[in-house]
Amino acid sequence: MSTYLARQVIQLAIAVWGISVIVFVVNFVIGDPINALVPPETPEETRQLLRHQYGFDRPILVQYLDFARGAVVGNFGESYLFRKPALDLVLERLPATLQLTVAGMGVATLIAIPVGIISAYWRYSLIDNIATLVAVAGQAMPIYWLGLMLILLFSVHLRWLPASGYGTPQHLILPAFCLGVFTAPVAMRLVRSGMLDVLAQDYIRTARAKGLTEWAVVMRHALRNTMIPVVTVLGLQFGQLMGGAVITETVFAWPGVALLLINAIYRSDIPVMQAAVIILALIIAGVNFLVDLVVAVLDPRIRLK
Amino acid sequence: MNRPISDGVSAAAGTLILPTRRAMPGWRKVLRRLWQLRTATLSGVFLVVLVFVAVFADFITPYNPYEGELVNRLRPPIWEHGGSWEHILGTDQVGRDNLSRLIFGARVSLAVGFLATVVAAAIGVALGLAAGYIGRLTDTVISTVINIQLTVPFILLALLFIGVVGPGLVIANYIAVNVIIVLGVASWPIYARVIRAEVFKLRELDFVTAARCLGFSDARILLRHILPNAFNPIIVLSTVQVARFIIAEAFLSFLGLGTPPPTPTWGSMLADARQFMFDKWWLPTFPGLAIFITTLAINLFGDGLRDWLDPYSRNI
Repeated sequence: MSTYLARQVIQLAIAVWGISVIVFVVNFVIGDPINALVPPETPEETRQLLRHQYGFDRPILVQYLDFARGAVVGNFGESYLFRKPALDLVLERLPATLQLTVAGMGVATLIAIPVGIISAYWRYSLIDNIATLVAVAGQAMPIYWLGLMLILLFSVHLRWLPASGYGTPQHLILPAFCLGVFTAPVAMRLVRSGMLDVLAQDYIRTARAKGLTEWAVVMRHALRNTMIPVVTVLGLQFGQLMGGAVITETVFAWPGVALLLINAIYRSDIPVMQAAVIILALIIAGVNFLVDLVVAVLDPRIRLK
Repeated sequence: MNRPISDGVSAAAGTLILPTRRAMPGWRKVLRRLWQLRTATLSGVFLVVLVFVAVFADFITPYNPYEGELVNRLRPPIWEHGGSWEHILGTDQVGRDNLSRLIFGARVSLAVGFLATVVAAAIGVALGLAAGYIGRLTDTVISTVINIQLTVPFILLALLFIGVVGPGLVIANYIAVNVIIVLGVASWPIYARVIRAEVFKLRELDFVTAARCLGFSDARILLRHILPNAFNPIIVLSTVQVARFIIAEAFLSFLGLGTPPPTPTWGSMLADARQFMFDKWWLPTFPGLAIFITTLAINLFGDGLRDWLDPYSRNI
C-alpha cells in the first residue's frame, strides 16, 4: 500500500509541476508578457526598457526558476490589474466555484442514479428508450446554450429565478441545474451499464432465490456493487465537471475562479491567469488522487497491480 | 448462428450439405445495412446537405451576411407579429439577415471542427505511434505529458492558449488559424492515448513479427502495417472530436476570443443575442439550435460509423 501511495503522490506532483510548466511556457515563451503592461502603440525602445525593468530580458530558465520558486510557496506575483497578490484573488473566488461544482455534481447524481437504475431494470422499455434518447441529445447540447435557454425560460418567461448573480440559494438553482444536466448523461449511462452487469450475476439470482423483495435485491445487493465503478469513473471525470463549471460561470455571471480567469485573459493579467489555472489543476489532480486512494482501499486488486 | 452441425448433415451419406442460399448482391447488402443504421444514415444525409450549403453559401443566402440596413434592425421572424418574408428568421442588431448569417456561420463551424480535428489527429497519432512503438523512455516521456495535459479540462487549456496568442491570421474571412491550432494542441492527448494503446496491442501480433523478420524498416512497419490497422478507432474518435470542436469554437466566439468579427459565427451570434434576449427569444434560440442539431447529427453519424466499422457489432 505504501508503494502504491508513494507512486500516486509522485504522479500528482508531476502533474501539477507539468501544468505549471505549460502555463509558464504559454505566457512567457509563446506570448510576450510586455504586451500586458503597455498599450499597443508603445515604441520599441520603451518596451525594451520595461522588459529590462521587469526582468523579462533574462534567460528563460532563470525566469522559470524565479517563477517556480514563487509558485511553490503560493506567490504568483501581483495582479497587474488589481495590485493584489494573484493567489488571494483566486482563493477569494474559490468557494463560489466549489459551491457550483458540488451542487452540479449533486444534481447530476440525483438525476443519474434513479434514471440509470430504472433504465437498467426495465431494459429496452419505453422509459429506457426515452432516457437513452435524452442522454444522446444531452451529450450534443452546448452547455452555454442550455444555460441561455434556462434563463430564457425560468427568468425571462416564468420570472421564477434570477438570471444571474450570486448570494442567495435562488441564484444557485439555475447554474447548478445547468451543470448537473450537462454531467448527468454520462453518469446515467455508467449507472445503467454497471447495473446491467451486476443484475446478471449469480449472487443476484441467489438473493432472489432466498426470497428477498425486488426492492432489497436492487437497492441493497445490486446498487451497492454498481457504485464502486461508478464513483471511480465519476471521480476521475471531475476535470470534465470543472470544465463545465468554467463555462457555466461565464453564462450566469457566477463570480467564481473561471470568471476571474476569463477577465484576466481579456486584460492579459498574467499572474492571475497562472494562479487560476494552477489552482484549478491542483484541485482536479487532488480529487483524482483521493478517488484513486479510496478505490484502492475498497478494492485491493488495484493497489497490487 | 449457433445451429447444431446435424442441421446440415445428411444422415445417410454423412456429407455436409450447405443450405442453398442465393448470395445477396453487394449493393443490397449495403442498402440493408444503411436501413439498419437509418438514424446514422439520416444524420449523414443532413451533414452532406449542411456541407453543401456551407460551401455554396454565397449563392444560397438571400442577403450579404456582412451588410445590414439599420432601418431594418431587430426584425422578428416571419411567424411573429411584424415579421415578413423578406427576413424569414428576422434581422440582428444592425439589420443583417439572421438566416444568411446562420448559413455563413456553418462555414466557420464546419471548417474549424474539421481542421482542428486534423491538427489534433496529426500530433496525437504521431506521438501515440512513437510512444507505443519505441517504448521505454520515449513512452514514459510522452505518457507523462499526456497525463499532465489530461489533468486540465480541455476548455481551460484552450482558453489559456487563445488568450495569449489571440485569434491570429484569418484566411478567406472565415478560417482563424490560431483557433484551429489552439483547439488541436489542447486535445491531441486523446488521440495519442488511444493510438498508443492500439499500437501496444498490434505490435505483439504475428504479422508485425513477420514483417520484422522480412527485414522491413521500422517506418514501413509503422506506416504500412500498424497504422492502417489502427485506422478505425481514429475515424470513430474523429467524429466525436469534430462535434466537440464545433461546440468549443462556438464557446470561444461566444466569449469574443474565437473567430473575430465581422465574420458571422454561431458563437458570436449567441453573444450578440444575449443583450436582446429579454424580449426577443428567437435571437439566442436559432444559433444555439444550429450548434445543437449539427453536433447531434455528427454524434449520431459517428455512432453509426462505429457500428459499421466494428465487425463485432455487425449482424450478417
